[in-house]
Formats: sequence, structure tokens, C-alpha cells
Amino acid sequence: MSGLTMPPSDKATLARRAEIVADMRSIVPGEGVVDAERGMRVFESDGLTAYRQLPMVVVLPETTAQVARILKYCSDRNIKVVPRGSGTSLSGGALPLEDAVLLVMSRFSRILDIDYPNRVVVAQPGVTNLGISIAVEQDGFYYAPDPSSQIACSIGGNVAENSGGVHCLKYGLTANNVLGIEMVLMNGEIVRLGGKHLDAEGYDLLGVMTGSEGLLGVVTEVTVRILKKPDMARALLVGFPSSEQGGQCVADIIAAGIIPGGMEMMDRPAIHAAEAFVQAGYPLDVEALLIVELDGCGAELDHLIGRVEEIALKNGSVTCRISQSEEERLNFWLGRKAAFPAVGRISPDYYCMDGTIPRKELPRVLHGMRQLSEEYGLRVANVFHAGDGNLHPLILYDANIPGELDKAEAFGADILRLCVKVGGVLTGEHGVGVEKRDLMGEMFNQTDLDQQMRVKCAFDPGHLLNPGKVFPQLRRCAELGRMHIHRGRMPFPDIPRF
Amino acid sequence: MTIFTPSSSEEVLSAVQWALSAEEPLEILGHGSKRGIGRPVQAAHTLDLSGVSGVTLYEPEELVLSAKAGTPVAEIEKLLDDNRQQLAFEPMDHGPLFGKEPGRGTIGGVLAANISGPRRIKAGAARDHILGIHAVSGRGEAFKSGGRVVKNVTGYDLSKTMAGSWGTLAVVTDLTFKVLPAAETETTLVLHNLTDDQAANVMAHAMGSSAEVSGAAHLPVLVSGKVAGGTLSGQAATVLRMEGVAPSVAWRIAHLKDLLKAAGEMQEIGAEGSRALWRDIRDCAPFAGGKKPVWRVSMAPSQGHRMIDALRREAGVNAFYDWQGGLIWLEMAAGPEAVALRAMIRRFGGGHATLIRAGEPERASLDVFEPQPPALAALSARLKAEFDPKGILNPGRMSSVPAI
Ligand SMILES: Cc1cc2nc3c(=O)[nH]c(=O)nc-3n(C[C@H](O)[C@H](O)[C@H](O)COP(=O)(O)OP(=O)(O)OC[C@H]3O[C@@H](n4cnc5c(N)ncnc54)[C@H](O)[C@@H]3O)c2cc1C
Repeated sequence: MSGLTMPPSDKATLARRAEIVADMRSIVPGEGVVDAERGMRVFESDGLTAYRQLPMVVVLPETTAQVARILKYCSDRNIKVVPRGSGTSLSGGALPLEDAVLLVMSRFSRILDIDYPNRVVVAQPGVTNLGISIAVEQDGFYYAPDPSSQIACSIGGNVAENSGGVHCLKYGLTANNVLGIEMVLMNGEIVRLGGKHLDAEGYDLLGVMTGSEGLLGVVTEVTVRILKKPDMARALLVGFPSSEQGGQCVADIIAAGIIPGGMEMMDRPAIHAAEAFVQAGYPLDVEALLIVELDGCGAELDHLIGRVEEIALKNGSVTCRISQSEEERLNFWLGRKAAFPAVGRISPDYYCMDGTIPRKELPRVLHGMRQLSEEYGLRVANVFHAGDGNLHPLILYDANIPGELDKAEAFGADILRLCVKVGGVLTGEHGVGVEKRDLMGEMFNQTDLDQQMRVKCAFDPGHLLNPGKVFPQLRRCAELGRMHIHRGRMPFPDIPRF
Repeated sequence: MTIFTPSSSEEVLSAVQWALSAEEPLEILGHGSKRGIGRPVQAAHTLDLSGVSGVTLYEPEELVLSAKAGTPVAEIEKLLDDNRQQLAFEPMDHGPLFGKEPGRGTIGGVLAANISGPRRIKAGAARDHILGIHAVSGRGEAFKSGGRVVKNVTGYDLSKTMAGSWGTLAVVTDLTFKVLPAAETETTLVLHNLTDDQAANVMAHAMGSSAEVSGAAHLPVLVSGKVAGGTLSGQAATVLRMEGVAPSVAWRIAHLKDLLKAAGEMQEIGAEGSRALWRDIRDCAPFAGGKKPVWRVSMAPSQGHRMIDALRREAGVNAFYDWQGGLIWLEMAAGPEAVALRAMIRRFGGGHATLIRAGEPERASLDVFEPQPPALAALSARLKAEFDPKGILNPGRMSSVPAI
């Protein structure tokens, strides 16, 4: 592990491993407990493969009652627990710990209710993101948030990461499309938040659970909103001689009051890699390629496509193709969707970053990235959720060259610092996990972080659930609860009051 | 009794720090336009945020706006309107319901009460549009969360935690919202004389179509005359709103008419009339100004009218439905009937009821907000304690047990 410090292992727990495994077997009978090294290997890392660790034991429960018993058992004995969905996290959120139970939710794989009048689906957390859309596809419905990993990632993992996708600009993130959850707290209590109705009552615990990276509770059921598919979608594929022009085109489209279903940009290295891989017919002599997808009824698309084309031309586009068929539209997307593997072909390894910036800062950030690229001697290709400012720089490196991984990580950290400096954030959709944990100080001061950790204390005061993720430093809840009260003077006493 | 009127976030911080050291609770106020909602706060002192005001950043092309907590919503809406943009969640104006002037309310209050309007079914509530905050906790500490960009999963989303917290966790001093383009035009389709049951079906049908309906409400005959200047009076009205560019709206209206043709006679209301109609629905105009208790009930859309049908057999109620039937505005003929109502909601699949309008004695003695099951109530109380351990911010506004 390159320089990553995890919470110290609890020797007492490790010494009792055999007993713990036996107790887990009594809670989850059958195949649901894996303790042999061979069986546990597949779980040693998630999508952030640079980090690996075998867990103490892997448990795959099937019912909420089992999850509650496991957590209560672990809570009573001070045993750590790491929840895991499909293991596609790109930030190491599901990275196991040597002395922790790895709680794998993949056997929670049933869809419990499809309710068209209320337009919701109730699913167990191990159902894949795409699985939900497939279940309602024959009736013309779908689940809008569509991470590129949607064939594999679980809806529970989506809630934990507040995942996004290319259609989030118009249809929102996971947080905007989840209406309710059932979860189990570390102490074994089962709590339901929201349901089929809008606006959960009381504090917005659903809001804080979404994106909490498995640190607050284990999600055991999810109620999501589904939407009727738009009548049709059409896309424009637009090339620009500079990223400034591409960026300005995006700004002008939005300023014209148009919110496309998706708006994606690629830079020259990404265009070339994608074209070499899938031959989508992308122009190779442009610096920025923009895909603008509009969806809705035919009348709307006819009306808006002309306006978008006009805006593109005004911003100096050198190529502009408008999809004339569904096949052509999908072809526009082919290269973008294959961008990651395409980059994987031109480099032994790549490291995917995930910062968000105010859109107007794009030229400045791309420029800064080019400078950093020269300094570090590593290439970088960019794909960009242009509509919402979410950048995915892909840093190309070779893990077999000693020191290159460290160099790639340092380069990545510098890119994220740059994002924060221009008013952006460390992570748009992949989560903090272990990857960006030690960069949290770039965005938050200690008071900010302490208040976040206090929220953790309300849910899991013993720091047993997924410790070592998100927060650079684990502070005990008792310490966080202490108050330093200064003798306050009556403030601004010269202001008239009555 | 002291009224603190800070004009900056630093002054808010020192007021909270003083309250903490003196262990003197504060009532947190913007314009006080929603002061009649919630349990009466037991606090000798008031922290009035209306002086912490002003838009601090607005970049239309970036779809982002920041303002200090005391900024009037009306000022923000005017500014957005001048740029053909809007707060897409369509925040309700509570003035009319309480018999007060319209146009009051601060942006901080919008988040604290997690306000929304008819477009909630399509665009979400305040919680779905907040991007970042600065706030002062009950620990007397200034902290921030979130940022100014839409895609952000850096740390816990404490901005959302403030939504619907009614000032009981922290005093928010600065807010950043996502803003969106306003629709170029809108048209509302009216269906007449449907029963609640038929209307629920029609609304579900419309919402389940690709017509992108942005408002679906049903006004039974007793309330239909009290909106849009009485133009719909005399029979029940089921109303469906379409927004967007003109050719798209026209096409979708035609599509919807075809889809719903079995439901009988239909009428279209043009942009201006449509705006007035939905403003009335948003602001609960049918029950404006009265004194009778008013509930806001949130349920699965298909269950709302069934619950009301059963409730009518136990109590005198007057109701209308927004959000496809999932939001029920309920005026009681006599007392609030909290226990009967909540039991009925549970019987029909669950949801929650908030007593929006009632006299002080009722609000002090009843659960204004839906009581929570023990594990959830305990979790909420622990969260409150982590933000406001001494209970100095709006104590008891949301609940008496535990005091939140
Ligand atoms: C090729 C590829 C493309 C990707 N594209 C996108 C993209 O476009 N957009 C995007 O947002 N993300 C993307 N991701 C990231 C990843 O797919 C998402 O973060 C996804 O939501 C993770 O789901 P998972 O089931 O794999 O969770 P895991 O990786 O197993 O876990 C992720 C986190 O969630 C927690 N967790 C999992 N299940 C639960 C549960 N039931 N209860 C509580 N906590 C839980 C874990 O502890 C961990 O912290 C991509 C990943 C890959 C590999």
C-alpha cells in the first residue's frame, strides 16, 4: 500500500477469529460465511485495485434480521465491519480490514415491489443499478441515475456513494431519486427512512445516509423513483479547435435555457484513444469533442436541435453531426462509453480521478493539468461530464516501473488540489474512501471535519462501521463531544434591542 | 427578553456563543413567516436573521446562486426571474394560509422548512437543490458543508441535514442553491367533474406517461372555486401542468388529451391563467386566512384519496390533493383529530402528517410533526445532541419527547 495508514488491528479480535467465524456461521448458515484464503481473495480489493487487504472473514447475509444480528454481535464485542455491495468503488470504500468482518450484500438480490401507479420500485440493496431498469423496461420505464458501472454496481452501493451518471444533469443524482431506505445501525437497530411518499418526515437522515460511504448504517432495502422513458433522444457530436470554445458552447447552451439529457466532453488524448479502440468516426483534428444529447418528444427535439447547432457554430465548431437514427446516436456514444477501456489499451495502467469544478474554470484547469503532466512526466486524458463540471482525468502510468504509482497518485492529488482551488471539490461521484481521505483537509478545516464526525457519532459511536475511510483522523466520540465554552459577553451590546 | 439582530455571520456566531455560555435558548427567526408552524418555542431570546441579507454570488450560466440566510425569497425570485431562471422546487409562500401578507420569508427559512411546491413531483424540494451552506452549530462553532457545484460527494451532506430541521440543529448563515432555467411557457389541462378516485387514476396515468407533467392536482368541488379567481367553480377540477418550449408543450398537451380522452370533457388554460392557478395551489389558497386547523399530509399518491374517504366517516374534513394525490391539504371542520388522522394514514400504507395551522394551545399539546418509532426518534435525538448539546436552538420546536 503506498503510504496508506489504516486503523491499527485489534489483536484481541484476531485472536478470537475462529470463534467469531463459528458464531457468524450460526447466524448465517450454509454458504454464507467464507473464511478460507482462496475464497476471500476475490474480496481483497474493490475498483481501486492498487490497494488490497484480506478481511478477517467474509459474511454474505440474506435477510435484514441476519444483518441486525451480525451488527449487534460485532457491536457488543467491538468488532469492526466493512459493508460491501458489488465492489466497484473507485475510491477504496469497500477495502477490507484485517480485523474486520466484510459484510457482502450481494445476496440481497430481489426486487420486492414494482408499483407503477406510484412509479416506484422497492429493491434489495444487492440488485444492480441496471437490474432495476431492466425490471421495468417492458413497460417503458427506467431508473434515471446511470453510472457507467451500472451492469455491476449495486443499488445499495449507489446509495452509499450517491452515484451519478451521464444523465444526472437533467434527472439528478442517486440522492434525488431515492425515496426511502431500510437500514440497520451498528447497534443492530432497524430503522426505516421515507417510503413511497415524497419528503421523509423529521430530519433528513435519508439525505445524510446518501453518500455516507457505508460509515453510518447498512442499507437493507431501497425505494427508488422510476420514470417513463422519453419518447426519443437525439444527439449532436460537435468538435472544437480548443477546449475554451467547447466550454463556452456548454455555457451558452445552458444560458439559452436548455438542459440537455446529457452533455459530455472529451479532450484530444481521450478522443484519439477512443477512436483507435472503437472506430466511432470521431474527428481526430479537434481539441475538444462535445456530445449533446436531447431527449423528449419529437416536437421538442426538432425545435432545440437547431438552437444547439446554432450555438455550436457561433462558438466556432469545426464539425457538427446530428444523429439521424437511433443507431447513429448510439454510435456517437460508443467512443465515450468505451473511453476508460480505450485508455487502458494505450497504457499499462491508468488512474481515474473525479474532481468537480465550476464549468467556467475548465480552460484554466486543463491548462494546469497540462503543466502538471509535464512536471510529472505522465500523460493524462480527460473525459468530462461537461454539464455539471465533473472531470475524470485519467492518468496513464505503468505500475511495473518502480515509483510510478506513487508519482501518479501525487499527480492526481495535485489535480484535485487545483479543483478545490478554483472553487470545486475533491470528488464528484466516486467518493472519498481511502483514496482521497488524506486530502479532506484541502476542502475542510478541523471544525468542519469534527462536525461531520459528530454525525458519525450519532450513528456509530464506537467507530466500528467502515473505519479508516473518509476521515483522515479518527477522533473518539467522547473527545468530539467535549465543549470548550468561553465566558460569552452579550454580543454587539450597542445594537438597540428590546 | 432580548432580540439579537446581527448583520453578519460573525455576529450570529457571537450571539450563539453568548447563548451557549449563558445557557439561554434562542428562537431562530428569518421573517417569522412560518412562526406559526411547529410547537411554540420556549426561549426568552430571539435571534433575528433578517439583517444578514443579500445575494453574494449569482452566475446564471453556472446555474448557481449564493445568498445570506436572511435574504428575502422574493428578492431572489425577482433576480432569477429577470434572468429567466427560477428555484425549480417552487417554494410555497405561507403568508396567505396564515392570513398574512404574501411575499415574506427568507431563503434560510426555505431550507430550514424544506419547502417546495407543486413541481416537487418532478423537480424535488429545497433539499434537492441546496449545494452548500455555512452555519453556526449549537456548540457555538462556525462550520461549512458542500460547495457550489452540483456533483459533490466530498464528506457527509450536512446541507441536506439542515433541510427540514427547523433551526434546531444549527443556524445557517449562508446558502448556495442550484438554479434552473424557467420554462418558456406553460399550459394546464383541466378535467372536470371527476370523483377523487377517478382523478387519482387520471393523475397516475398522466404522470406515468412521457408527457413530463410538472404539476398534477385534484380540487374537489368544495375547493375548486377558491383558486384562479373562481374560474373553475361549480365542479371538481383535475389539473395537469405542462411546461417547456411552446412546440413541445403543444405536442404534449395533444398527446395527453388523446391518452385521457375516456375521462370526459377537457379544457386548456393558457400560460398566464396557469401560473395564477398553480400559485394558488402552491400556497394552499383554498384554506387561506381561516382559523380551522390545517394539516399537510404526505403519502403514496395512490393512497391519499382512499385515506381521506375513510377519514370522512370519522371527522368533518375538507381536502384537496397535489403531487398526484401524494400531498393532501386537509382542513378540519372542528378539532385537529391528530390521533384519528395518523391512525388512518398508517392504515393506508403510511406517510406523515404535519399540523401546519393551529392555535398555540393545540400546537403545544399535540405532536405537530409525525411522531417517530423509538429507534428513529432516539437516532434523531442523538443527532440533535451532536449539533446542539445544550439545546439552545429552537428548543422543542419539532418534538417534546425527545426535546428537539
Ligand atoms: C468501470 C467503472 C465505472 C464507473 N462509473 C461510475 C459512474 O459513472 N458514476 C459513478 O457515480 N460511479 C461510477 N463508478 C464507481 C462505482 O461503480 C459506484 O461508486 C457504485 O455506486 C459502487 O457500488 P458497489 O455496489 O460496487 O459498491 P461497493 O464498491 O461494494 O461499495 C462502495 C461503498 O458503499 C458501501 N456499501 C456498499 N453497499 C452498501 C450497503 N448495502 N449499505 C451500506 N453501505 C454499503 C461500501 O462500504 C463502500 O464504502 C464506476 C466504477 C467502475 C469500476
